[in-house]
Amino acid sequence: MCDTSSGTTFGPAQKNEISKNMSWFSTTIARKFAMALSALFLIFFLLQHLTINMLSVFSEEAFNEASHFMGTNPIVQFLLQPVLIFAVVFHFVMGFVLEAKNRAARPIKYAKKDGSNASWMSQNMLISGLVILAFLALHFIDFWIPEMSYKYVQFLPEDADRYYGELVHKFENPLRVGAYVIAFVLLALHLLHGFQSAFQSVGFNNKFTPAIKKFCTAYAVIVPAGFILIAIYHFINH
Amino acid sequence: MDLKLKIWRQQNANDKGKLVDYDIKNVSPDMSFLEMLDVLNNELIEKGETPVSFDHDCREGICGSCSLQINGKPHGPDGAITTCQLHMRRFKDGDTIHIEPFRAKAFPVIKDLIVDRSSFDRIQHAGGYISVNTSGNTQDANAIPVNKDDADKAFDAATCIGCGACVAACKNASAMLFVSAKVSQYALLPQGRVEATRRAQNMVAQMDDEGFGACTNTGACSAECPKEISLTNIARLNREYLSSSLK
Repeated sequence: MCDTSSGTTFGPAQKNEISKNMSWFSTTIARKFAMALSALFLIFFLLQHLTINMLSVFSEEAFNEASHFMGTNPIVQFLLQPVLIFAVVFHFVMGFVLEAKNRAARPIKYAKKDGSNASWMSQNMLISGLVILAFLALHFIDFWIPEMSYKYVQFLPEDADRYYGELVHKFENPLRVGAYVIAFVLLALHLLHGFQSAFQSVGFNNKFTPAIKKFCTAYAVIVPAGFILIAIYHFINH
Repeated sequence: MDLKLKIWRQQNANDKGKLVDYDIKNVSPDMSFLEMLDVLNNELIEKGETPVSFDHDCREGICGSCSLQINGKPHGPDGAITTCQLHMRRFKDGDTIHIEPFRAKAFPVIKDLIVDRSSFDRIQHAGGYISVNTSGNTQDANAIPVNKDDADKAFDAATCIGCGACVAACKNASAMLFVSAKVSQYALLPQGRVEATRRAQNMVAQMDDEGFGACTNTGACSAECPKEISLTNIARLNREYLSSSLK
């Protein structure tokens, strides 16, 4: 089908002619690389978040202490938090940009579809991503916006013991707990494909890949399950 | 066996096109899928109708000409074969079979089930070769030692026949498996390293220019590939492209 014989050799001028239309970051591979890096950062952040949340199950004091540190430490607040917000926004925006390109690549759909050659998770990252985005909106309204308002708008005096009460109060409403559980199930599905896929996008696929896939699968199940168990624990206990 | 066929008919690139129903009777289970279409076309010609246009050439699974999205899968329901290697014994009496062209912006329909896959040729022209001076003093290729593992991997990548099933199977109509095979067959060999930077940059740029989608790593391409090209080639293409960007 394809002519693999040697064609005209491109000189440097011709190379530039091909490449000049496309800045490095506009290629799909570069964008997927950036998606993978932001994903790996966010995946690491999830573990850190889960660790602190888990303290609330075992010790009110430890949870308050950790939350107070995260809420007042200038490195966390003014370096890590902006990086986190950038990673979240970038991951979503680039996800939508790539989705638009991918949809444009097949303007006429098939009349008969058979998706049995790939997992549901890998084919529906947009759906799981949109549910996570909706959850993040709820999460920001619940925690982040009041927190920012408390500290940087109203300039209320810091109370190192307020965090546990705020957390427990949010999990009194069964509707919120239900939404929380659904969102984290979808996060698990997103991670089941996304975590191991990030390694492929950065070019890492070798003899360690089977072990990495097992680790990613375990992480994708255990971390969201941890968040769900904490929510149900506080709902039942209060 | 008797079958009901739903075949995409489209006069030309500008025609809207639609699925048309055909009944075909007494199909032998020993026929290949393309032979079944040949029989249908003979019947259409006898009735004075326009036969269905479809791509075919070698009919032994090595040329990459035949295509067809059969019941939602490129080259039909079986793995690791081309449409010409698919036999009617795979179907049952009374089955309805959907036959559509490979769908992608970069594979526009020419007529009926024939699509223009010259976007693959243009990607090849952008770098899918090595430049060898054939003036008579070319070094014997066998004089350059090649690690056996690398030689085998390069050969596996080189078995890609450029049929486009990877694009047809991918939910994003991505050409990453094809491009990765073409880049890998050279990237692993010393003869290919000389132009590796330019090759990765130019072939990826051309792939994007043609309007193929991005890779979501679903693996559908490799699952449907008649030559079972591995996803490790896509990881290699990512490495080749990203590292060449730093040079």
